[in-house]
Amino acid sequence: MNRVARPYLNPYVGGALLGVLLFLTFFITGGGLGASGGLTHVQVAVLDVFAPAHVDRVGYMAELAGGSKNALNNSTVFMILGTVLGGALSGWLNGRFKLEIRKGPHLSDGTRLLLAFIGGFIMVYGARMARGCTSGQALSGGAVLAAGSWAFMFAVFGGAYGLAWFLRRLWN
Amino acid sequence: MAPLANLLHPGTLGYFLVFLFIGMGFGAILEMSGFGDSRKLAAQFYFKDMTVLKVMFTGIAVACVLIFLSTSLGLLNYDRLWVNPTYLYPEIVGGLIMGVGFIIGGFCPGTSVVAASTLKLDGILFVTGGLFGVWAFGESVGSFEGFFYSSNYGRLTLYDWLGISPGVVVLLVVLMALVMFYLAEIAEAYFGEPPRKISWLPQSPLKMWAAAGLVAACGLMLVLGQPTPLAKWNILQNNWSKALADRAAYVHPGEVLELKKNASIYVRILDVRSEADYNLFHIAGAQRLDPAEIANASAMSRLSSFPDNTVLLLVSNGEEAATRAWKALKASGAVNLYIIEGGINKWLEVFPPEPCLLAGTSGQPAAAADQLHFAFRYAVGTQSRAAHPGSIRSQPWLQCPEITQTDAAAAAWLPTSKWFETPVYVKKVKLQRKVATKGGCG
Repeated sequence: MNRVARPYLNPYVGGALLGVLLFLTFFITGGGLGASGGLTHVQVAVLDVFAPAHVDRVGYMAELAGGSKNALNNSTVFMILGTVLGGALSGWLNGRFKLEIRKGPHLSDGTRLLLAFIGGFIMVYGARMARGCTSGQALSGGAVLAAGSWAFMFAVFGGAYGLAWFLRRLWN
Repeated sequence: MAPLANLLHPGTLGYFLVFLFIGMGFGAILEMSGFGDSRKLAAQFYFKDMTVLKVMFTGIAVACVLIFLSTSLGLLNYDRLWVNPTYLYPEIVGGLIMGVGFIIGGFCPGTSVVAASTLKLDGILFVTGGLFGVWAFGESVGSFEGFFYSSNYGRLTLYDWLGISPGVVVLLVVLMALVMFYLAEIAEAYFGEPPRKISWLPQSPLKMWAAAGLVAACGLMLVLGQPTPLAKWNILQNNWSKALADRAAYVHPGEVLELKKNASIYVRILDVRSEADYNLFHIAGAQRLDPAEIANASAMSRLSSFPDNTVLLLVSNGEEAATRAWKALKASGAVNLYIIEGGINKWLEVFPPEPCLLAGTSGQPAAAADQLHFAFRYAVGTQSRAAHPGSIRSQPWLQCPEITQTDAAAAAWLPTSKWFETPVYVKKVKLQRKVATKGGCG
C-alpha cells in the first residue's frame, strides 16, 4: 500500500475530539481513559501462562491474576484492544499504516530501537509507580481535577524538558 | 443521573463493546493527531512542534468544562466518578521517571500502543520494553512499599486543596490552557523548522470564538454552582424514594446483630444524634456523624474509601434524622446504605438495658419522633449490655451504685431477658459491590 499519508488533524480539533470522548467515557463508565493499566494486565496474563506459581506469590501480580483470576477479563484490556484497532484503522484509512521506524536524523535504526525499548521500560515502570500514565493520570485525572494528577503532569513535563537538552542529539 | 455505570455489567458483551469502542475512539483520535510518530512527540520538548501540549490541554479543558457543566446542571454525579487518589510523592517521582522515559523512548504508553498498531517498529519495541517495565515493577515494588503507599491524600481535588469552588478552578484551568496555547504558537514560530514570522496577536477568529465559548461555559458553571447533596436528592429521589416507601432501606436491630457477626461484612454504624444523646447511650462501634457534616465533601470521601463489603447503617433516636441523612448520603453516591429501623428507641426495646440504668421513660413517645424515649440515669455510652447484644459476659456492664445488684427487678430481668433470644425480622440488606471502574489505570 503506497498511498500518500494525509495530513494530521489540527491539534485543537484533535484535542476537542479527545475532550468530548473523555467526557463521554466518564459519563458512561464513571472512569476515564487509560493505557498502562491494560499493559499491566496483558503482561501479568502472559506471565501467568508461563509461571502461574510466581504470579501467585508476588503480591502486586496476585492481585491481578492470582489463583483462577483471569487478568485479561478487565475493562482496561478491552480498552487497549480498542486502542490498537482504532489506531490501526485510522492509520490505514489515512495512509500511515506501514512498517517503518521514526527517529532523529543522526541515529541508526538499531540504536533507535534499543532506545525505544529502554525508554518503554523506564516509562512504564514510572507509570506504575505513579499509578497511571499520561492517559490515566494526566488526562483523566486532570479533567476531574485530581490534585495528584496535576502534580504528576508537571513532573512528567519537568522530567522530559529537564533532560531534553542533554539528549538533543537523539532527536535533532 | 449519570454515570451510567449501573447499566454496565462486567462479563457481558455490552460491557466489552463499550470499552472496546471507547478504546477505538481513543486510538483513532491519537493516531489522527499524529501521536503515532515519535519524532513529532519528541519535537514537543525542543519547542518545534507543540502538538502534544495543544492536544492534551485542549482535551483536558474541554472534558473538564463538559464534566463540571454536567454536574452543575444535575446531569452527572461527580461523587460517583473515579478520581485518581493522590499519592503525592510516588506520583511526582513516577512522573519524573516517565519524563526521562519519554525523551529517551519518544512515546508515552498510550501513544506507543497507537504507534505499534500502525506498524511503527520503534513503537512495537517501546511497548515490548513497557511490558518488561511492568514486570520489573511488579517484582520490585515489594522492596519500596513504604514509599509506594506514602503521602496518600485520598480523593483530593484541586478545589478541596485550594479551598475554592470547582467552577473557579475549571475557569483557571481553561485560562491556563489558553495562555499556554498562545505561548506554544509563538514558540513554534520561533523554534520551528523553518522559523515563521511571530504574530503577537491571535490571527484566527475561529480559535477566538472557541476560546470565548469555553470561558462562557465556565461563567455559566460559576453562576449555576455545584448542587448540594439535598439538591441532588431532589433530582434523584425517584430512583430511591421507593426504598423508603416500601421500607426496604430500614433494617431491623436483629439483622444488624447478624451483620455484625458476619465476618465477611464490614459494618459501620453512623450515629447522627446529638453528642449528648450519643453519650447517654450508643451501640458498640457506632461513630457519631454530625448531620451538618454530610454536606462536607471530605466526610463523603471518607465514606467512599471504605472497602466495598461495607454496610453503612444510620441511626437516630427515631427514624427522621437518620432518613434525612440517608437521602443526603445516597445522593452523594453511597452504596449499601441503610437505616436502623425505629432507631435507638426500638433498639432499646429489642435489646433492653439493665433496668437499674433507667429512670423510666423520658415522656417522649417511642415511635417515629426523634427524641430518646428512655431516660438514662447516667451517661452510659456503651457500658450496657444493650450496646453489645449477643456478647456473653457474666458481670453486669455497669454497676449501679445506689441500687444493689440483688435488686429484685434486676434479678428477675437477667435470666428471662429476651436479650438472649434472636428477634424475628425480615432480611433487608443486599450487599452490592461497587461497579464504578477504577479508570484506565487498572
